[in-house]
Amino acid sequence: MSVLEVRDLRKSFGKTEVLKGVSFDLNEGEVLSIIGSSGSGKTTLLRCINQLETADSGTVTVAGETFFDGAPKKQKESDKRRNQLLVGLVFQNFNLFPQYTALRNVTLAPRLLAKERPDYKDNKKAILEEIDAGAKEILTKVGLAQKMENYPCELSGGQQQRVSIARALLLNPKVLFFDEPTSALDPELTGEILKVIKGLAQEKRTMVIVTHEMEFARAVSTKVIFMDDGVIAEQGTPDEVFGNPKSERTKAFIRKFHE
Amino acid sequence: MSFAEQFPIVFAALNEGFFQTLKLFGVTLAGAIPLGLLIALGVMSRFKPLSAVLKTVVWIVRGSPLMIQLLIIFYMPGMLFGHPIWGGGETGRFWAASVAFIINYACYFSEIYRGGIQGVPVGQSEAGQVLGLSRRQVFFKVTLLQMVKRIVPPMSNEIITLVKDTSLARIIALQEIIWAGQAFMKGRDGISGQLWPLFFTGVYYLAFSGLLTVLFGKLEKKLDYFKV
Ligand SMILES: Nc1ncnc2c1ncn2[C@@H]1O[C@H](COP(=O)(O)OP(=O)(O)OP(=O)(O)O)[C@@H](O)[C@H]1O
Ligand SMILES: [Mg+2]
Repeated sequence: MSVLEVRDLRKSFGKTEVLKGVSFDLNEGEVLSIIGSSGSGKTTLLRCINQLETADSGTVTVAGETFFDGAPKKQKESDKRRNQLLVGLVFQNFNLFPQYTALRNVTLAPRLLAKERPDYKDNKKAILEEIDAGAKEILTKVGLAQKMENYPCELSGGQQQRVSIARALLLNPKVLFFDEPTSALDPELTGEILKVIKGLAQEKRTMVIVTHEMEFARAVSTKVIFMDDGVIAEQGTPDEVFGNPKSERTKAFIRKFHE
Repeated sequence: MSFAEQFPIVFAALNEGFFQTLKLFGVTLAGAIPLGLLIALGVMSRFKPLSAVLKTVVWIVRGSPLMIQLLIIFYMPGMLFGHPIWGGGETGRFWAASVAFIINYACYFSEIYRGGIQGVPVGQSEAGQVLGLSRRQVFFKVTLLQMVKRIVPPMSNEIITLVKDTSLARIIALQEIIWAGQAFMKGRDGISGQLWPLFFTGVYYLAFSGLLTVLFGKLEKKLDYFKV
């Protein structure tokens, strides 16, 4: 069953058309890697799906909910927020909240959300304990059991990115998006992030990963999209796209990475 | 009169003047802190005419001496309407001075706020948004404290400057501490030709700005546990 459907998505900034009609589907449990040269529109695509940017036309559906139906009219904030919880986004530069500890970064959104539950007043203590327990479990899973009470400024880039992954995971999104999760890291720290993402893939988490790590993309994904100048130039299984690319553009792009 | 006899008289007069100084200081902060925020929001507004007008006002206020602004606000209404709006007494002078100080300081504060608001990376509110936080929650739970941390050091500078700037209100004869000290040169309470009371007012300014420095230092320390 497809959990993410993107149809003919278009987006311009002023006169430059950045997305020129992008369509793809993603099934539950699949891992999609999006590759492509700088400026091809990968970030814009993720931002449009995650409602940080409003597309000009096209449709986006996540788990049956219409995120965007082509009309750039203002959505109600409450609808937008409810939809927002179906997706998660991990940023290139983490965007952790500096004033909170690792643990509080992870629990902030669930705690605020819990306040809107009807039974919050009666079960406050139990609800918050449950959220904290869940957060601790996820932080332990990403190898940060010892760092929960540390502030972001006390963590390495790799550790910060693992906190931000945990932060997105605790909300249990239907699709988790990553925008170049290792690009802001020193080369020796990328491994720890890729390992975490590989673990999530093994758990059959549905993920979309924009990355420049070709070997990783080939190893972890079930599906690969090559974007070029605002369109999908090629898509298929990793073996098809990496092993036997059809378009000349894809060939040239992949060759560049093997040099 | 010996110094020992002069001192209690001068001390009482200076205390009275300093009370007026503190009142002006307090009223200015109470007015300029919120007004500055409104100006900052207006300057950042997408409604261009409002933004342009406020930018010009801020430029004029920051680009001209506060002393002239005091004179204009005190005397201009009288020149325009033919009769003074402030009244001639100490109360009138106090409110004229307050208005001038509030406008002046609100313009300085607005620039600090603007820096604080725009200094918080957009990634912070975007991260809040993708976690499903409402706009309100993003402001109060994510950006506000980061803004406060950014504005505390420049605000403390401005506020300490304000302590000393209150002496400018002397130009419209507000009976603040400088005015009180100066009176002993011309003659007051049987003391005349004395300069030391005027010099002694410096001690009050030093003590008060010292106190503020300590308080702001404490606040900065309190916010030291995270980096922005
Ligand atoms: N807010 C914006 N305003 C104007 N132009 C923008 C904006 N955001 C992106 N662009 C432009 O859109 C194009 C695509 O940008 P995008 O960030 O989506 O590319 P990308 O594929 O993610 O590149 P990279 O690999 O460098 O991250 C670029 O030419 C960029 O300059
Ligand atoms: Mg990008």
